[in-house]
This record gives sequence, structure tokens and C-alpha cells, in this order.
Amino acid sequence: MDLADLWFCVIAVLWLGYLFLEGFDFGVGMLMPVLARDDTERRVMINTIGPVWDGNEVWLLVAGGATFAAFPGWYASLFSGTYLLLLLFLVALIGRGVAFEYRGKVDSDRWRRWWDRVIVAGSLVAAIGVGLLVATTVLGLPIDADGNRVGSPFAAVTAESLLGAAALVGFALVHGSVFIALKTDGDIRHRARAFAIRVGPWALLPLAGLLVVVQLTSGKWWTWTAVAVVLVVAALAFERLTAGREGQAFAALGVAVVATVVALFGALYPNVLPSTVDPAFSLTVADTASSPYTLEVMSWVALFGTPAVLVYQGWTYWVFRKRVSTAHIPPVHVP
Amino acid sequence: MDVLELARWQFGITTVYHFLMVPLTIGLAVLVAGMQTAWVRTGDVKYLRMTKFWGKLLLVNFAMGVVTGIVQEFQFGMAWSEYSRFVGDVFGAPLAMEGLVAFFVESTFLGLWIFGWDRLPQRVHLACAWAFSLATVASAYFILAANSWMQHPVGVELVDGKPRLTSIWAVLTNNTALAAIPHTVAGCFAVAGAFLVGVGGWHLWRTRDDQHGDDGDRPVWRASVRYGGWVGAVAFAALAITGDLQGKLMFEQQPMKMAAAEALCHTEQPAGFSVFAIGDVSRPDCEDVKSITVPALLSFLAHNDFTSEVRGIEDLVQEYRERYGANYPVDDRLGELSGQPIDYVPNLPVTYWGFRLMIGFGALSALAAVGVLWVTRRGRIPRGKWFPRLALAGIATPFLANSFGWIFTEMGRQPFVVVPNPSGVDGVWMFTARGVSGLTTGEVWTSLITLTLVYGALAVVEVFLIARYVRGGVAGVMPPEKPDGTSDDHLAFAY
Repeated sequence: MDLADLWFCVIAVLWLGYLFLEGFDFGVGMLMPVLARDDTERRVMINTIGPVWDGNEVWLLVAGGATFAAFPGWYASLFSGTYLLLLLFLVALIGRGVAFEYRGKVDSDRWRRWWDRVIVAGSLVAAIGVGLLVATTVLGLPIDADGNRVGSPFAAVTAESLLGAAALVGFALVHGSVFIALKTDGDIRHRARAFAIRVGPWALLPLAGLLVVVQLTSGKWWTWTAVAVVLVVAALAFERLTAGREGQAFAALGVAVVATVVALFGALYPNVLPSTVDPAFSLTVADTASSPYTLEVMSWVALFGTPAVLVYQGWTYWVFRKRVSTAHIPPVHVP
Repeated sequence: MDVLELARWQFGITTVYHFLMVPLTIGLAVLVAGMQTAWVRTGDVKYLRMTKFWGKLLLVNFAMGVVTGIVQEFQFGMAWSEYSRFVGDVFGAPLAMEGLVAFFVESTFLGLWIFGWDRLPQRVHLACAWAFSLATVASAYFILAANSWMQHPVGVELVDGKPRLTSIWAVLTNNTALAAIPHTVAGCFAVAGAFLVGVGGWHLWRTRDDQHGDDGDRPVWRASVRYGGWVGAVAFAALAITGDLQGKLMFEQQPMKMAAAEALCHTEQPAGFSVFAIGDVSRPDCEDVKSITVPALLSFLAHNDFTSEVRGIEDLVQEYRERYGANYPVDDRLGELSGQPIDYVPNLPVTYWGFRLMIGFGALSALAAVGVLWVTRRGRIPRGKWFPRLALAGIATPFLANSFGWIFTEMGRQPFVVVPNPSGVDGVWMFTARGVSGLTTGEVWTSLITLTLVYGALAVVEVFLIARYVRGGVAGVMPPEKPDGTSDDHLAFAY
């Protein structure tokens, strides 16, 4: 395996980190109107991800930056080709990030109601955006020999990529509700668990659909095993959840994310962005990779940087491991 | 407007906007860590109250800095894909390092700091503040190394018409970067210093007649003003020294930018420094321009020698035409510019006045810093209304100086996006017109309008919130005393 292939794996790992961590963040945001009955419960939900959502989001920035460094052609073609969709996604992330921070800064119901809407809409739109982006990367864009998009600004919106968006939204709902069941106590915990059990199996159908579509388009024999793993662990997650073991269910869903990323990126390889115009125009790992020297430098940085990130992010989760309940929420205190 | 112009406006607007939040975050983060250190070391509750108050303002600002930064990470690929393909081998590395080394630390340890007041041992919590604030400085280092490479490409060879990285060390120790980084970081401290002086000064003046300590926070405001004044004064000294260093590098590496900063048409020996010009500086023949000039100063600034020659725009245009061509190549991707003559002269009114406004507002902020140290000496509180007014107005000066400085730096390198290095590898340069993505004008109009509106609306919200917290004083951010008998279950902080 040469360095370019290694970096393809690193990018996949960064996306894995992002999908794993921001999956439940999006879920928490989208589920606010579903699971919370009053303002205190909404605050319980937000504070399950309070100390960590920003660090979770950095995985996306680093995935973007690492793609730029290791595969500039991939970075340039994908992000210019999906320009307007990416814009919508970024605006959603902007609103959502500001809303978490500003929501509690003024003691007014109207103020909070507006920011709550931004959190819900931002989480939903951002989840749709990530789903479209990942599905487009795997399934391809109409790009010409120079890597430039030839179709309309919405060329990335196809039935298959919309399936990807639905897959991500559905998964985020399940992941988010299991996360809330794991991180809260009281009524909201039971509501979250009940929601996950009731809605979960249906919410994961688009993901199964996407995996099958990708397999039929560009799957390899071994990526089918990853798909099988996704199905098995998803079923296991529900079994554990009904048994009341939220931690084990959450872990099983984590394995599902890993297997999903393996299935998608495994099917993508050796391309990084297939062309739907002509397979000869597809961008590949070998064509778009940076020079061996750049990749070597980046490998050293990643070799030392990534374990450190995992250690201190893991430590953060450990520090804030206690369940949050309405009894923990302090009264609003603002000037 | 075509895609090129729209994309330039968009990058300009989003970057200037981002760099309103960034300097305050970087400067204030380090100063707040300093306040918390003072509290941990002395146990003086005044410092705890300072940490809480300024820390809250830092957080309100930080949120906006983060979200405007996200857009920047993707904008290269979105609107400047040709540029990204050209420079990716070099430019992506510092960007990815910034993410891996700085952004992760910043975001994770900020979360620990905000929510960890009662969860972490005091010293670990303090270490989180330092980790977070030093990471903001580290991120400035990496992104400025990337930007400096565009101004002065080093550490590369040319392979298949593209720069290929040969030494990351050369990129990270580019002399342009080593001058730009302290200059920019000092600018950040000037912003934070003026902020402490403005807000603290207003509170100090407001509570001037309060003899009985009804407002127990007077020590907080006094310490803040003095702290801010010293930081502002020291920052200005650093700005002047690093600015001079940067200027000397610029004469050597980007002579056109320096000539444009002075609107110097003809080569002169010795050359005078123009303080103020009357007339249209954009006339390339210098007619109509009356300028108040300090004789020979420009020669000194350029080469540390009062008699040296400084090259003017006319000469440089001649040389650039010979080296990089008189006309743009005939290429569909260049649109209307295809085959047209290349204008090597940056927008002179912007560079000339941008340079002067940067220096002028910088000097004003230094004057304010020194002035406030004088008028508050030995426990004095100025009683006149001029004091709070000037202190609050002073907050704007370093922000303006920063913005004009960056506008000068970036617009001074046009028409290049990667400026040719006079002593570097041939062929490692790129015209801005060649770097833009093949988008439709509709797409870029949409993003330009959307981002401008969203940013504008959020700016209003941020200023509203900051004003509210400033008025609320320390009482607005300290946790209320717990009545006896209530449970201790409450989190120290919850969104």
C-alpha cells in the first residue's frame, strides 16, 4: 500500500469520526421538538452535547483540510461541483453553531423559540447536506476531463443522492435518540428510548437502501460483508435497546457507522469522485494525490496528531460522562 | 459583474468579517488565561471576577469566529477550484495541520473550560484555558504560513507546471511568515487591549462617585483598564517593529505592492515617504497629486539607508510585462480577460489609503493606550464625560487598523493570487483570474448575497449581546449565591 492509498484511508477515518460524532449531534438537534416537553427538557437535550459539539464539528473541517492537502483535485472538483448545496449546508452549520451559544443568553421565550427553530432546521438541513455530499462522492458527479462539473448547479441532486440524505437523517434520528437515552435521566430518557425502538427500524431503511444501491453500482465482494455487518449490528442495537442496555446499543450503532464507512469508501476506491459522464473522466486516488513528499509530511503530522486528539476528546467525554436531568439545569441567569 | 469579480468580493467580505472576530478571540483568550492565572496564584477574587466577565464576552465572540471560519475552510475549493488544484500540494498542508494541531485543541479545551468550572481541579481547569488560548495563536501561525506562501512562495519545485512541495520547513519558516505572524498576533493583542480599556473605562467612570463600595467591582474595572492599557502599548511597540521588518521584506519580495502603498510612480533616489496626498492617486502618471512628503524616509524604510533607490510603478510595470507577459493568454477560462493586456498595478486608492489608515488607526490606538495609563495613574479616575466616550470609541481603532492592513496586504498583490518570488523558482505564480472556479454568475451571486445577509444579521445579534453583557457588568455573569438548603446538583454552567 503506498501513501496515497493510506491517505484515502485517513480521509475515510476522518469522515468516520465526523459521521460518528456529529450523527448524534444532528439527531439531538432534530429531536428537540419531538422529545422535549418544556424549556428545561430542551436544555437537558442541548446540554448532553454542550461541551463537545464544537470539537465534534472540527472533524469535518479536518476532513476538508486533509482532502485539500492530500487530494487537491478531489477537494476542488467536489466542492466547486456541489457549490450551492455546500453553501446551504454551511449556512445551516453557521446558524446551528451560533444558536447553541446564543440561545441561553437572553431570558425571553420569543428569543429561545427563534433559536430553537434555528437548531432544529440547522440540524436537519446540515444532515441532509452531509448525506448528499457523501452520496455524491461515492456515486459521482457529471464532471468533464478537467474535473469540472458539466451539469446544472443541482447536478448532485439525484434520486440516489437524496436517498443518501434520507439515510443520514434517518441514522441521525436513531443515533441521536439512543444517545439521549444514554446521556439523560428521567422522563426524557424513557421517551428517547421509546422513540428509538418505535421509529428506529423505519428510519434505518434509507441507509440500507443506499448501501445496496452503492453496492450494485460499484461494490466489491468484500464490501458486501461490511453491508452485512451494518444490518447485523443494527438489529443487535435494537435488541440491546429493548433489553434496556443503552450503552451497548449505542456501541452497536457505532460499529454500524464504521461498517457503513468501510462499505461506502471501499466501493468508491480506487476512485475519489466518479464521473457520471464518462468513467474515463473519474478522479482517482492516483491522479489526484499530492506528491509523495507532501503525503509523507502529512503522515507524520497525522501519526502524532490523531492519537492525541482521540485521547483528549475521549477524556472530555469521560469528564462529562454523568447523565443530565432536569434537576441539573440551573435557572436562567443573564444580565 | 462576472464570476471573477463576484468571487473576489465574496472572499473579501467573508474574510474581513471573519477577521473582525478572530483578533478579539486570540487576544482576549490569552488575556483571560492570564487573569485566571492571577486568580489561581493570588486567590484574589477580583481576578476571578475579571476572568468570568471577560470570559463571557470572549465566548459570545468566539461562536461567531468559529462559524465564519467554517466557510473559509471550504471556500477555496468552492469558488477557487483552479487555484486549489494549482497550489494544493503546498497550500493544503498548513491548512490540514491547522485543523489537526490547533482547531481540535481549541474546540475541545474550550468546551472543557466552559463546562468544567466545577468538574475539574482548579489547576487542570486553568491548563484548559491555556491550551485553548495558545491553540488560537497556533492556528494563526499555520494559516499565516499558508497566506505568506501565496505572497512569497518558497520550498517548492515546478513539476508539470505546478508547484510541488520540497521542504515543509521552508514553508513554515518563510521569512514573510515569520514577519507576518508576530505583526498579526500583536494586532490581535491591540484589539483585546483596546476592548479592556473601552469597556473597563466606561464602567470605571460610571462608578466614579461610588465611595462606599456599593459597586464592589471597581477594582475589577481599574485592573482591566490598566491591564488593557499596558497590553495596547506593548502591542503597538511590537506592531511598529514587525511592521518595519515586513516593509523591508516587501520592498524586496513584492516591490509593486510597496510602490502601490506609496503610489510612487517614478523610481526615486532617495525616495520620500508620502504622509498624505491630495488628488487622485490612481493616475498612473502622478499628475494632480500633491503629497506631503518626508524626504528620504521611504529609502530608509526600504533598505535602512537614507540614500537608496526605490523603484516606482512605471519601471515595475515594464519589468513585469517582460517577465510575466503583456497580455493574458488566450484561454476560454479567462472569460473577457482572455488575450487582454494585464494590469499589473493594484487598485492604488485602496492600497495607498489602506496603508495610511492602517498606520493612522494603529497610532491612534497606541495613543489611547498610553493616554489611559497616564490619566488613570495612581488610582485616579477621570471625571469628564470625554473619558468614557473616547475609551469606547477607542475600541474601534485597532479593528479598523487590522482590516485596512489586511485589505492592503491582499489587494496589494493583485493581479496575482500566488505572487512570483523574485528569487524563487520560475513559473510558480498564478493570476487571480486563472484561479477562479468555472461557476455560473447565478451561483456566486446566490452565495455572495446569502453570506453577506447571514453574516450581517448575525453581526447585529453579536453586537446586541455584547452590549448587553457589557452593561450587565460582573453581576450579570457571576453565578447567583445559592440559598441554603438547595441541592448542589446544578451544573456550573448549562446552555
